Amino acid sequence: MRRIYFDNNATTPLLPEVFVAMRPWLESNVGNASSIHHHGQEARAAVEAARESVAKLFGCRPAEVVFTSGGTEGDNLALFGILKAGDHLITTTVEHHAVLLAAERWREMGAQGGEVTFVPVDGCGRVDPEDIRRALRPNTRLISVMLANNETGVIQPIAEIGEIAAGAGVEFHTDAVQGAGKVPLDVRALGVSLLSISGHKVHAPQGVGALYVRKGTKLQPLFYGGRHERSRRAGTENTPGIVALGKAAEVAHAGLTRGEDARLAAMRDRLEQGILAQVEASGVNGGGVACTITNHVPRVPNTTNLYFDHIEGEPLIIALDLKGLACSTGAACSSGAIEPSHVLTAMRLGGERARGSVRLSLGKQNTDEEVDFALELIPQTVARLREISPTWRRAVAQ
Amino acid sequence: MTRLSTTRNIAVAMSGGVDSSAVAAMLHAEGHNVIGLTMQLWNQRRLSGKEGMPESVAGRCCSLDDVYDARAVARQIGIPYYVVNHEDRFERDVVKPFVAEYLAGRTPIPCSLCNDHIKFDQFLTTARQVGSDWIATGHYARNEFDETSGRWLLKRPTDRAKDQTYFLFGLTQEQLSRTMFPLGHLTKPEVRERARQAGLALAEKPDSQEICFVPGNDYKRFIEAYLDEQSQKLPDTAGELVTAEGEVIAEHGGIHNFTVGQRKGLGVATGEPMYVLQIHPESHRVVVGRDEELLSREMLVRKVNWIAIAGLAAGETIRAEVKIRHRHEPAPATIESTSPREVRVIFDQPQRAITPGQAAVFYRDEVVAGGGWIG
Repeated sequence: MRRIYFDNNATTPLLPEVFVAMRPWLESNVGNASSIHHHGQEARAAVEAARESVAKLFGCRPAEVVFTSGGTEGDNLALFGILKAGDHLITTTVEHHAVLLAAERWREMGAQGGEVTFVPVDGCGRVDPEDIRRALRPNTRLISVMLANNETGVIQPIAEIGEIAAGAGVEFHTDAVQGAGKVPLDVRALGVSLLSISGHKVHAPQGVGALYVRKGTKLQPLFYGGRHERSRRAGTENTPGIVALGKAAEVAHAGLTRGEDARLAAMRDRLEQGILAQVEASGVNGGGVACTITNHVPRVPNTTNLYFDHIEGEPLIIALDLKGLACSTGAACSSGAIEPSHVLTAMRLGGERARGSVRLSLGKQNTDEEVDFALELIPQTVARLREISPTWRRAVAQ
Repeated sequence: MTRLSTTRNIAVAMSGGVDSSAVAAMLHAEGHNVIGLTMQLWNQRRLSGKEGMPESVAGRCCSLDDVYDARAVARQIGIPYYVVNHEDRFERDVVKPFVAEYLAGRTPIPCSLCNDHIKFDQFLTTARQVGSDWIATGHYARNEFDETSGRWLLKRPTDRAKDQTYFLFGLTQEQLSRTMFPLGHLTKPEVRERARQAGLALAEKPDSQEICFVPGNDYKRFIEAYLDEQSQKLPDTAGELVTAEGEVIAEHGGIHNFTVGQRKGLGVATGEPMYVLQIHPESHRVVVGRDEELLSREMLVRKVNWIAIAGLAAGETIRAEVKIRHRHEPAPATIESTSPREVRVIFDQPQRAITPGQAAVFYRDEVVAGGGWIG
């Protein structure tokens, strides 16, 4: 069966040039980047070259880049590495679980932990910077707001929040996992002191990531061990993964310079508009005319989150997968079942919407022809599900 | 293995146990288009850490181990497999009524509620949504269309020891017409043999016994933990333990601690063994007495679902063998219609511990005529 992959916010395929770059480090090159000998020096050189590529993507100095195992570690390191007992943390209700659950943990740690404010979002999924300002307390040490939402693609006003953080003398972290490669990540322009990315969301392999830590920011490590990554992250460097991330950062940077984001946006818009034109009682969560044009809420170029009234997301996803189209809804829990989306719930779109929405996320490997296939399959499948939906039949009868 | 002339699109409800795994393997081998689905019904972690609740629970419904097993079986036999989330529906239609029944002094059977509302209703809907016209389960039961009556029948399985028809009396004609019970003509050892033949690693996995969402079958602890999670107070139903003559012999801490026929935990020390005879939810009185006082001949059965017949006219009677709990040998009785979905059952011989909240299922030889809830 033909299989089409429109779930690039979950993970992206490895790019051929990234594989070529990392391959020697899997195949024949040995070397611990901390070793004194020739092999170690080769590995060190490769790791540092990758650090420069990532620094270029971030617009920072290489020494400000800490390699991690991925987005979750970067987020946890940013939070637990900055916060001290009794500190107040400000974050939002639509963060990825890597921040959301870390923040809840901070609140539950009692005397070892501290306070958390979860700032809500509007119906478009956007946080109001003034709400962040109002949440500030004398003991606020850190603000953590994601750059782009993984479910809706909505971009948060990071630069404005950055100014508020700077004005208050508070550290500012952004989870940029879903922004990397899709929008420019200039840490100075964004005004962040910490920024985390994940390799496998930008066509590098799973198991590698990076955290930007602004020079002078005091960061406690999560792990204890060797003095790797300037004592900010103990553990032997994942040389193949880091080399791959360096190459992927290079490709992402070049792509943005070339206007790759505009191509993705055009493809996403054709997909989105094509579905909306064919399917009645459907719309975009955190996007579409109301949010994007009227309320000026921007989105990353590859993501659309659609609702179809009177059908549930879960059977739609399964039915599409059985026909060869991979997309997603909500968040998968440990069993693999789908839980209602906390993001759409936080946008107060109602339980139906939180269960009835699907996310389509494109990648640079996707083609117009694949969009055509989806434009045929999705309306067909929605129509079939509505035929057997009692609430839809009632709605049509009225 | 014989190939059916018609290939069906079938969704198999896979629990991660031997029975449903064998069903998936058998139907796939017969050439059907099989999809495996596991229903995520209850988050075992929800109540963990509350008093009396274990930290994590292995080997029961919705446990990750069972999902892992079901997924591995699906992978091995080469069928698509998904976990579908029906936690909201399960809580609404099974867990909440289960708690409410105990608090009302009755002894509920969540498995029947689950079959009616989840396994044969929600699951059929999910199956249809993903393109399967049929569902198959690992229940030990048989169903077939009867030309004479024009009705779908539910029948007892070959393996009487594994008979699950007692829990299936609520099935509608529509549900029966779209359900396959491939194990109905097999014995449990034969099913394990089929699983072994298919090379399934879980062929020797032990059967599950308990109510899937109640750890250790300790329903009292579960009710208390659940109400606590819901920020509800356990209603104060403390009251008196009395004899049939009205003599107060002790105080008790709440009617949900009792089940008709129960002997242990009454907190009374008398010469001869005492049993719970009745529970009165309004007065909070629990009536206790001697074993022979548990015997009675009559009961009302409500919310009756007829399967083999369309129904009874008012006052009409039929003869059947009636089963009043899972481990009860059906006893001959006369069933008299009292109102459209209610009947009076008069046993030929008195029966022990007729328990409100349990199901009464009416058998005529192999066939399930219908059933309802003991009122």
